[in-house]
Amino acid sequence: MPTAKELESSMKPTWCPGCGNFGMFRALKEAIEELAIPAEELAMVWGIGCHGNGADFYNVQGFHGLHGRALPVATGLALTRPDLKVIVEMGDGDGYGIGGNHFIHSVRRNIDMTAIFHNNQIYGLTTGQASPTSDQFMRTPSTPGGVVEEPVNPVGVAVAQGATFVARAFAGDIPHLKEIYKRAIMHEGFSVVDVYQPCVTWNKMNTFSWFRDRVYKIEELPDYDPTDRTKAFDLSMSTFHELTCAPDECKIPIGVFFEEPESFTYQDGLPQLDRPMWKHAEKPRDISATIAAFGG
Amino acid sequence: MPTQKTIAATGNTVVAEAMRQCAPDMMAAYPITPQTTIVEEFAGFVAKGRVHTEYITVESEHSAMSACVGASAAGARVMTATSSQGLALMWEELHIASGMRLPIVMANANRALSAPINIHCDHSDIMGARDTGWITLFAETAQEAYDNTIMAIRIAEHPDVLLPTMSCLDGFITTHSIDRVCIMDDETVTGFVGQYTPKNALLDIENPVTHGAFAGLGGPFFEFKKSQREAIERSRAVIKDVGAEFSELSGRPFGMVETWGMEDADVAIVVIGSTAGNVRHVARQMRESGIKAGVVKIRCFRPFPYAELAAALSGVKAVAVMDRAESFGAEGGPLFLEVRSALYDATERIPVIDYIYGLGGSDVRLELIETVLNDLSEIAAGAQAPTGLVYLGSR
Ligand SMILES: Cc1ncc(C[n+]2csc(CCOP(=O)(O)OP(=O)(O)O)c2C)c(N)n1
Ligand code: SF4
Ligand SMILES: [Mg+2]
Repeated sequence: MPTAKELESSMKPTWCPGCGNFGMFRALKEAIEELAIPAEELAMVWGIGCHGNGADFYNVQGFHGLHGRALPVATGLALTRPDLKVIVEMGDGDGYGIGGNHFIHSVRRNIDMTAIFHNNQIYGLTTGQASPTSDQFMRTPSTPGGVVEEPVNPVGVAVAQGATFVARAFAGDIPHLKEIYKRAIMHEGFSVVDVYQPCVTWNKMNTFSWFRDRVYKIEELPDYDPTDRTKAFDLSMSTFHELTCAPDECKIPIGVFFEEPESFTYQDGLPQLDRPMWKHAEKPRDISATIAAFGG
Repeated sequence: MPTQKTIAATGNTVVAEAMRQCAPDMMAAYPITPQTTIVEEFAGFVAKGRVHTEYITVESEHSAMSACVGASAAGARVMTATSSQGLALMWEELHIASGMRLPIVMANANRALSAPINIHCDHSDIMGARDTGWITLFAETAQEAYDNTIMAIRIAEHPDVLLPTMSCLDGFITTHSIDRVCIMDDETVTGFVGQYTPKNALLDIENPVTHGAFAGLGGPFFEFKKSQREAIERSRAVIKDVGAEFSELSGRPFGMVETWGMEDADVAIVVIGSTAGNVRHVARQMRESGIKAGVVKIRCFRPFPYAELAAALSGVKAVAVMDRAESFGAEGGPLFLEVRSALYDATERIPVIDYIYGLGGSDVRLELIETVLNDLSEIAAGAQAPTGLVYLGSR
């Protein structure tokens, strides 16, 4: 079972100094170590973006393919090897924009895997254009007149679409993020973890201190019930449209919004998915009764 | 000749400038290295009011080309830009644009396709799109990228043509290097490109039309394709005329095929894109050591200039084709297949050797080009030509 150190490849991360990706890197390595997941039972899939460069920095079985297509690749992987823990890392552009349709359909399919979104509200790798989660009116090189559209609300979309595990976290609070990762990985079903990951180079608005002034933990809310979907949706909408407001005017909840522990997963719907594809032949279905019914 | 301004700028900057001067009604785009700065600079022009374009940043290239198709069908002049995976993701819509005869103009920053991941120059993206029905112009330099982009509007929107047109420039080498470029003034370009008068635009309530309806068995599908073929054949004359008219204004020559040293060449290299400059340089040097080398540069790949190429190569003893893309399982790369086909009717059989080079931005050093010309001169002197293609400079 790899330790956090052993989960690092020999390549030194090339993210910009101070990038939120470092906190996410550390939290995930530690979560995997603490969950004691054997190396051969873990696979990771990445989209294209700064987050995706993690493919070079994690020492795991991994796949790095196309911008926006991490989830469908992971779907194929998880169906072929349902015995693996599959962790998918995507960007906000990658996962909510160009790959946004896969996000919705992965949620409704509820295949057991963990989807982590590095939400820096910017296209980091292509040097700072507006993304689908950039705040409205934000000025970037691709939107010098300001973003016209409303941002995607990933937590709200996931909750509304019936996701069985939905969390939001902040890359600046590594212990909290690690605990969320552990719950998401252990959840049976499709887990959505949207992580605010400050891009220190291109997003000069949503910085570490900007988030520190605003985030609070859902666990601290009196009587919050993460199995109540309607409440989760309400909470996802509560501050969403006010992200540009002053710290005392709006607070951003982080933590587990919703969890349905005993959900019906895609694997539950297809009994042969209780084992890897190459083991199918080991457990042939007994059809003698059916044959006997035809007098065979 | 109208006055021009000489500036030092990257290929992307002058393509953005050309687009501003062509004043499209609409642009929809998605960023991808090394195209990104074309669109960013254009977005800056829109924000400053230097061009009046409906500009939208969409969520993918599929959406970008779809939005361009919608706008063009509604009668707008439409321009956009992409590269590599972006062009690949547009695939479905590329065929819609040409099948519906929508004269969209797009710049493509030529870049390798995954896998494995690579962001550098080769021609796999654009060569993969060679059968999508787009007219395809290639630039060697930033200057040609600027010129081609302006000419592309006139070619695409010509009533005899009405086909989408791509203006291709080599990723990083041309898109990002600073080069000397002559820029025409706005009035000259405005006058040259003129107004676009759409023929069968949607939203004309007097003449309602549907674009793209089912044309299956028994329907006119086959004839639609034939009309696309006829249009791209007609574009040959239009490309020449537009090129000649542009040359008058700019003082810069334009040919679908451009030659160097071919008057008395024994051996020749056929090349496309930015490598042409290095090939000419080496050819010039080799002439000093007695090898009569010539260079044929292809500036228009679709329609392919068969006749012009055959004429340029007539009389040479050996030809090398420089292919910056693969066509796995074919006899050679995409350019090789065209060149060999162009030479099929030649009275003398000319040996043609395919050199695959520079995939994923791998370096094409001058020494490598020298080896090509040395090979050719030996073959011209009677040595056996290699069987099969040659991977130039691979490990
Ligand atoms: C089809 C396609 N279009 C465009 C690109 C160029 N591209 C690479 S990463 C990226 C956006 C990255 O933003 P995000 O997904 O938010 O990831 P980040 O870099 O911020 O981690 C883009 C547009 C691509 N690789 N493929
Ligand atoms: S550009 Fe932004 S997201 Fe990318 S590595 Fe740098 S700080 Fe991180
Ligand atoms: Mg991002």
